[in-house]
Amino acid sequence: MKVIALISLVNQLGLGTGDTITQVINLVFYVFFIGFIFYGQRIQMYIMIREVENSLYKLKLIREEGRKIAVETIKEIGKPTVDPSARVDRYLEYFTITPQSMDPAGIVWKLDHILDTRDMRLKDEVKLMAPAVDEVQVYNLENTLEAAMALNYIYKVVRHYYIQGKKTLSLYVIMQLQMILPMVMKEAEAYASALKAFAYGQPIGDGVGPLVAAKLIHGSEIRKVPVDCVAATIAMEGRTAIILKAEGPGGNVAKPGDAVAKVIEENEGKIATVIMIDAGLKLEGEKVGEVIEGIGAAIGGPGVDQYKIEEATLKYKIPLNAVIVKEDIGDAVSPMRKEIADAVDKVIERVKAVITERTKEGDKVIIVGVGNTIGVGQ
Amino acid sequence: MTKASTETSTTSRISTFVLAIIYIVLVLAVIALIIAVYAFSTNQPIASYGSLAFIGVVALILSGYMLFQSERRRVKLKLIIQPTMTQLECRKCGTKTVREFQRGDYVFKEFGPCPKCPEDKQIITAIYKEVKEKEKPFPF
Repeated sequence: MKVIALISLVNQLGLGTGDTITQVINLVFYVFFIGFIFYGQRIQMYIMIREVENSLYKLKLIREEGRKIAVETIKEIGKPTVDPSARVDRYLEYFTITPQSMDPAGIVWKLDHILDTRDMRLKDEVKLMAPAVDEVQVYNLENTLEAAMALNYIYKVVRHYYIQGKKTLSLYVIMQLQMILPMVMKEAEAYASALKAFAYGQPIGDGVGPLVAAKLIHGSEIRKVPVDCVAATIAMEGRTAIILKAEGPGGNVAKPGDAVAKVIEENEGKIATVIMIDAGLKLEGEKVGEVIEGIGAAIGGPGVDQYKIEEATLKYKIPLNAVIVKEDIGDAVSPMRKEIADAVDKVIERVKAVITERTKEGDKVIIVGVGNTIGVGQ
Repeated sequence: MTKASTETSTTSRISTFVLAIIYIVLVLAVIALIIAVYAFSTNQPIASYGSLAFIGVVALILSGYMLFQSERRRVKLKLIIQPTMTQLECRKCGTKTVREFQRGDYVFKEFGPCPKCPEDKQIITAIYKEVKEKEKPFPF
């Protein structure tokens, strides 16, 4: 009865002049129209919540996969006497508190100390979890667990904002989360592919710098330089080149800041130039493996090593040159792509060009291969 | 690990209740369309089958879309791991061999003898994965 009354009202309003079906369709249209006026934003929010939910399912899957790979790898190569799952779960929740920056003087050294402590603590944990591993495997396991830790953190942060958005029904909380999700998912997928690379000790995209350095020093006499670096002196284009890289093939970025400062001091600052080779983030549309050149300390991370290199070169006014291999975040932490491996020879050519153009014969230069040296020996 | 593998979630992505409703709507849409086609073929007036045909088509599109969406989500829930290759090179004759990555491989690791000149050892010169770009190239 009510429907008939509504249809007659629609007729009186002149909204439906055809047969009953047309009138019903018109009525449905108006109901939808009015509904969207009042509840449009809420419907939009539910659609966004649904999208976030889907991504959260995927993040949960990736996180669980990360934990599983970490536990299985520890069991496989570490031969633990007890089940390492509980210790892995505790490891995944570790946090690091950065130094107070209200008075920023000396913050670099405080951060350096905290990072050293963290690194030592995590390595000790790995040794406790997997007593049978050698030094190379400790580095690889630490990297695997750090990738699992990153996945755990991403999942928990996204879940936090999802639940907060659902609880408060705030469009803006959900909208912000939904807007950054493609980038978050890309990063999570990159860490997911990094997990197995680390577990198996495969070179990753970020290792292009150490790979170039390794290619230059392979077969030369190698010495160790603090901290966790190796150095070799070779002849290059009539100059003496001191090549530095993290000691491989374990997953290790070492501390190139300390190594560069030490080599500069050993040579009393008589260095014509420092050339840094690293992986650099590409913009969308740029090609993977593209080699470009610039000025400055090409090194990522928390900034401690960059600071040390800048300080050491500034002291003796040594020019800093950089050669970068373009790749995106996914390529940087996943197994090395062929395009990046193929770029090594182009980088060497570019480094030779920088040396011949920017220095004189007989000069000494430092070439630093920056990045994670996992799967790259010397 | 050495072969391309996919791992799929076992998490239920769409509730059985919703799935049952989608299938019921799909069946009703097909029935409505069959009746409409029958009415059309027996030369009945358009008013008797027009609404059925309209409702049938709309319901078919909607239920098909819902099913497609749920399937698309399921496909997305995969971790694709590309195979990684190891390139071996003989230091004397330069012969290059590519094989699948094995645990313990690292760049500049000395390997077994070269198949062509057995007195010389091979060395691992590269470890990489080959990625086929799926994205369409942009005109810029």
